[in-house]
Amino acid sequence: MDRDNPLTEAETRDLRALAALMIPASDVYGVPGADDDLIFADILRSLERDTADARAALALLARMAGGSFADLPAGRRAEIAAAFKREGGAPLFALNRVVLLCYYRDDRVMRSLGQEPRPPFPRGHEVEQGDWSLLDPVRGRAPFYRRAP
Amino acid sequence: MNEKVDVLIIGSGASGAAVAWSLAETKMRILCLEQGDWVKPTDYPSNGRDWEARLFSDFAVNPNRRARPTDYPINDANSPIKVVNFNGVGGSTIMYTAHYPRLHPSDFKVRTLDGVADDWPVDYATLEPFFAENDRMMGVSGLAGDPAYPPKQPPMPPLPLGKSGQRFGRAMNKLGWHWWPSDTTIATVDYDGRGRCLNLGHCTPGCAQGAKASTDITYWPHAIRAGVELRTRARVREIALDERGMASGVVYYDAEGREQFQPAEMVIVACNGVGTPRLMLNSVSGRFPDGIANSSGLVGKNLMFHPYALTYGYVDEPLDGNHGPPLCLWSHEFYETDHRRDFVRGYAFQFGRGFGSIVEAIVSTAAGRLPWGEEHHRIYREQLLNRRIGLSAICEDLPEEHNRVTLDPVLKDSHGIPAPRIDYTISENSHRMMDHGIARATEILEAAGARNIAVERPILNGGWHLLGTARMGTDPARSVVNEWGRCHDVKNMFIVDGSIWVTAGGVNPTSTIQALALYIADSIKRRLADATLFD
Repeated sequence: MDRDNPLTEAETRDLRALAALMIPASDVYGVPGADDDLIFADILRSLERDTADARAALALLARMAGGSFADLPAGRRAEIAAAFKREGGAPLFALNRVVLLCYYRDDRVMRSLGQEPRPPFPRGHEVEQGDWSLLDPVRGRAPFYRRAP
Repeated sequence: MNEKVDVLIIGSGASGAAVAWSLAETKMRILCLEQGDWVKPTDYPSNGRDWEARLFSDFAVNPNRRARPTDYPINDANSPIKVVNFNGVGGSTIMYTAHYPRLHPSDFKVRTLDGVADDWPVDYATLEPFFAENDRMMGVSGLAGDPAYPPKQPPMPPLPLGKSGQRFGRAMNKLGWHWWPSDTTIATVDYDGRGRCLNLGHCTPGCAQGAKASTDITYWPHAIRAGVELRTRARVREIALDERGMASGVVYYDAEGREQFQPAEMVIVACNGVGTPRLMLNSVSGRFPDGIANSSGLVGKNLMFHPYALTYGYVDEPLDGNHGPPLCLWSHEFYETDHRRDFVRGYAFQFGRGFGSIVEAIVSTAAGRLPWGEEHHRIYREQLLNRRIGLSAICEDLPEEHNRVTLDPVLKDSHGIPAPRIDYTISENSHRMMDHGIARATEILEAAGARNIAVERPILNGGWHLLGTARMGTDPARSVVNEWGRCHDVKNMFIVDGSIWVTAGGVNPTSTIQALALYIADSIKRRLADATLFD
């Protein structure tokens, strides 16, 4: 294991195969999958305090696969993944969260969503003031707070 | 040996900062001990590309998940609502939403009006000047004229409605129900050295712009300039007593982990509704074997959280998403007791904008809306991203002694101090109130054109409001502090945080916590002037 990957080689392969099923690449939307080299490297680096949950989830996945999930035929992988999604519980939720956290901050993915790949600060965003006349019916209402003795 | 101070404040959050600033004009020697650090604006998540990820790590709202060295663990396994807080200069104002309603006049008289719980020993009229002073110090944005409240004048204009607020406003008008732009402590114009809101859209885990008022950038700069000393990384273990039964000071651990004794003429506790009873229960002595100032046995009891019932849905066009502060409006249509309903008291609605793109993906995956596989991309883009609108019913939690904070027999913080344990259940009255709120929220969302309506009840990590665990009152057998915050049992010890609340109301409490702290500080000053403070 190295600093950027707390998982074993077998766990890493299974996670990559699972990530490809969670969020596959799409030609329609022009986006990579979650198993893309850059995104997957980010996922491994970002497990941090979710590492124990990730490993627990991957251990369950391997048990359900009867060995290496990554080495199963594609059809069987899909079947196992569907069952794993139902049964994975909190550890899978944590693992899935890390995958999503890394996928949706990838520059290519953000651009495909019409987002600028930048932090919120310092430029912020525009929010329209809106039509304040909508409030007129409420302005016309008599005070209705309950009087206290 | 540390030099004796006149006033020792424990905790630098909402109430500790307010009381420090107010007392500074006395020119007494005032020291505040804070277990956390200053947070630099450059530390806040919205400075970086990983801004959403840090909601799940060093800026998680739940201290057990966040687990900074400055946090203490909380055993909340026996509670359906988990405590959320922040430990640092500014306390949980660093990590609140900045929604800033006041309690209503009726909230102080629930026994008289509705025959439940107890009346407060203070009322809205008494607190009104302190609300106004606090609004000025924290910098409140809002709109005068709300028919749900007595007249008040926020010093800044309200947050923009945006697409989400307009959609909600139209829906509420269709239903004929009250709505109003929320009072918030988000600066909409440059104010007291703070820049105006830039719509970073990520207010809760701290504002890099400084538009959101946390007390580290509101009260504290003024208090420090006026001579108050603020000592960070100072975690108080216990309050000590002298032979006369007066507080003599505190034992704390400094930044290097060394045990220190800090003597004081007067101790003011401002550690929130969990931290305060924890400290008091850890402060045992021959006189107070069950915790300092606890002859009533009520320290730690009557914990109130406000169960939050979140109802949300998705509309057919992109709205504000995470752009702009996540809150925008409130409704107090269902705030008061209505005897046609099957519950007493009521709730406020807090209307929200959407989520950031990553959080939306996470919560929608967990809820089963966002699938794995080929359909993931289409559903995310066409049905979810920036299309969420939602609102929460903030339900009034009535005091019940079995809802409580005690000391965990096993769990300890990094200094070996026993950690708090939470035992809490949601009452039948609160469940019925949530049912009502969810039904009305569903009507609102349907009127707003939302579909795929879903509910989270209660919000799991929704224990923002920590109230009632050292309640105030005039009867020493039924309360911990008197009507101006002084402990019945220890005449130079005061409590100024949400612990002293008698009932919870149905709104976010920070405004009222701070107004109450200013009122107590004013009471202290008046009694200093006529030499009756410790009588």
